[in-house]
Amino acid sequence: MLKDEDRIFTNLYNDLGWEIDSAIKRGDWSKTKDIISKGRDFIIKEIKDSELRGRGGAGFPTGLKLSFAPKEVGSRPHYLVINADESEPGTCKDRDILRFEPQKLIEGCLIASYAVNAHTCYIYIRGEYYREGQRLQEAINQAYKKNFLGKNACSSNWDLNIYIHYGAGAYICGEETALLESLEGKKGHPRLKPPFPALVGLYGCPTIVNNVETISVISTILRRGAKWFSSLGKPKNTGTKIFCISGNVNNPCNVEEEMGIPLKDLIEKHAGGVVGGWNNLQAVIPGGSSMPLLPKNICETITMDFDSLIKAKSGLGTAGVVVINKDQDIIKCMARIARFYKHESCGQCTPCREGCGWMWRMLERMAEGESTYKEIDLLHDVTKQIEGHTICAFGEGASWPVQGLLRHFKKEIEKRCHEEPLIKKKTNIPYLIDQHLLEKDNA
Amino acid sequence: MSLKKISKVQPELFEFSKENLDKANNEVKKYPEGKKASAVIALLYLAQNQNENWVPLSAIKCIAKFLDMPYIKVYEVVTFYSMFNLSPVGKYFVQVCTTTPCTISGAKKITEICKKYISQNQNELSENKLCSWTEVECLGACVNAPMMQINQDYYEDLNQNKTDEIIQKLLNDDLTQPGSAKNRTSNAPENGKTTLIEIKNA
Repeated sequence: MLKDEDRIFTNLYNDLGWEIDSAIKRGDWSKTKDIISKGRDFIIKEIKDSELRGRGGAGFPTGLKLSFAPKEVGSRPHYLVINADESEPGTCKDRDILRFEPQKLIEGCLIASYAVNAHTCYIYIRGEYYREGQRLQEAINQAYKKNFLGKNACSSNWDLNIYIHYGAGAYICGEETALLESLEGKKGHPRLKPPFPALVGLYGCPTIVNNVETISVISTILRRGAKWFSSLGKPKNTGTKIFCISGNVNNPCNVEEEMGIPLKDLIEKHAGGVVGGWNNLQAVIPGGSSMPLLPKNICETITMDFDSLIKAKSGLGTAGVVVINKDQDIIKCMARIARFYKHESCGQCTPCREGCGWMWRMLERMAEGESTYKEIDLLHDVTKQIEGHTICAFGEGASWPVQGLLRHFKKEIEKRCHEEPLIKKKTNIPYLIDQHLLEKDNA
Repeated sequence: MSLKKISKVQPELFEFSKENLDKANNEVKKYPEGKKASAVIALLYLAQNQNENWVPLSAIKCIAKFLDMPYIKVYEVVTFYSMFNLSPVGKYFVQVCTTTPCTISGAKKITEICKKYISQNQNELSENKLCSWTEVECLGACVNAPMMQINQDYYEDLNQNKTDEIIQKLLNDDLTQPGSAKNRTSNAPENGKTTLIEIKNA
């Protein structure tokens, strides 16, 4: 288990107070000026050496991302955008950083803005986190008062302004290009890539988009050194990570742990075990709803890091661990996730817009035992037609959980699905069609 | 994509109050020159708060004029994002999270209580026109499941009795203090922390 002195978010549980004075006591904002005076190349190299991977879900190397920004500022200004649009079911880590460790984020913003030549930083918070946004605004005001932001921020000769921008309840705005569209005051429709945001981003200017947790750990890495960070965890999967453990566990909690911790330890030691005991475990979604679930036999041995989970045909994603025990109907759980994706699809690409609804309706029918045997293969076919045929990664996120269900719980579905094809029965099943089309008011 | 019902009864005129006009001008200042449109979501929130939790069509016109945007662009935004209500939702708007982590922790009980006391269907005003409820997707407090949001505040770690109490009080125009029903102040494990046990401010 990770030692307490190696934890980055020491105020994760708000025992010490979130205000700037107690944050300074904890060591935030110390040596910030020295770090910045060492120069851009040093900062980026140090982050590259630490092998920090983005904490927003995709796990892209952060140092590399920062280095994509043009070295010289041309006619267009650079921007840093922080993605705090945390909406992945099972994930609530950024909320705690915004509430309890806002100074870590603000300090990280200053260092990262300097590294990518940006004088303006926007923090895009989901609209539902209104109170958390207020808290962050207070923290920003406190930082301005201490001259850690604004002109000559923290006496580093670098000017930086941070602004908060609220979203309004769209999951898709967590995708970086959709987020930029939303920041520009449009619908959150993802953009085609290339061009990548690092060259053509917000208002057509070079923009680096990073997750809250990624930016918040940067300052500690630079203070304690890349070597310290890369000594934690596993090779290529270094450092610590906040895990959110929810669902059927005795003590749902957020906890910062080393990357590569066994899943069983996480559940048994920190979350107080599965409700009804370990043997009552049915499946675990290891990284937020868009990652395929893992059945119990894999959960026994799996470790929580990007590469081992990919080997198990799942992923670490945002590290939102959702534990499902045997009291739950696994098909219904997945049908609910499919409904989430149906609701949140932005509607830009046809395979995703239509396919998500298909998947949801088929799964609902399977849960009720009203589908035919053949539909299982059909469902798999639908997921394959969505995956890889959309502008953004939402298509993958929507189809992977269903594929995971088919991979591990096919027998469960087969047990229930022995109906005659519906077309022969001529029964009226309302959820075969979109409900809203039935209501004339909505047409 | 969320479904939007546009109210048939619309106020004819909408204007920002003096206070909100100042706030709106401040919002616009956050963005570079010529990029006023970025403030559209912020302004829609102001309009929604001013007009009892919903955005009338006249407010969309007003905002379009304020930001030099075509009306249809603002209309696109207001219908795309699920947090904007286009018909009255009452003074208290209850949003119950029913995505998987909440569902397996018992969100169904919460929706049932809403059905019992507020209204049989979602998006319908209660008898005294004071509140309405709806099911929403993940609100990002999965460790505190099941939970709901009333206007801007989170009510977490709910159970049947507590929800009963909150909703009944709400219908009498009495808002309960937001937060966790189990008095959790953070997302630490409930029965004693497993980490950060002896950490002190250095």
